[in-house]
Amino acid sequence: MLFFSYFKDLVGQEVTVELKNDLAIRGTLHSVDQYLNIKLENTRVVDQDKYPHMLSVRNCFIRGSVVRYVQLPPDGVDVDLLHDAARREARGG
Amino acid sequence: MSGEEDATVREPLDLIRLSLDERIYVKLRSDRELRGKLHAFDQHLNMILGDVEEVITTVEIDDETYEEIVRTTKRNIQFLFVRGDGVILVSPPLRAP
Repeated sequence: MLFFSYFKDLVGQEVTVELKNDLAIRGTLHSVDQYLNIKLENTRVVDQDKYPHMLSVRNCFIRGSVVRYVQLPPDGVDVDLLHDAARREARGG
Repeated sequence: MSGEEDATVREPLDLIRLSLDERIYVKLRSDRELRGKLHAFDQHLNMILGDVEEVITTVEIDDETYEEIVRTTKRNIQFLFVRGDGVILVSPPLRAP
């Protein structure tokens, strides 16, 4: 639940989602669900030379299970809030 | 469960709880390693790390000598969410001597 809530608060911000097949997509976080499926808007592929077939894709849904990393905006991370949430989660939240 | 910040390790995840706000080492699938400060985690081992250094190790075979050439690629990321299903192991703080 921790990360679902966290990503919900991040809606509207720019993130870079890196997939398990090494494709990295940057875009505005539109929505997220409990599986951490992600919908991005105004997307662009980070390495366009390597993945030219994605040039015309502007919106996309990403299945949560294919995500490796999400690079987060530095001002979207409240470290103290995260620590508290993580401890609560560890206690069985 | 016991008190607020119990320092004993009863189950494996306690070890990670005690590493909050400390620099940890994470080994991932596809020959990737991360070092960074642990800011959040859950039972799937999804994590948020700060000041992350990622090291990717690749092994190439030389066409002529058939020697293995090990290459490492490094990059730094300020804040990174890591999906837990790629995690192989997590090692607690790298204590400075």
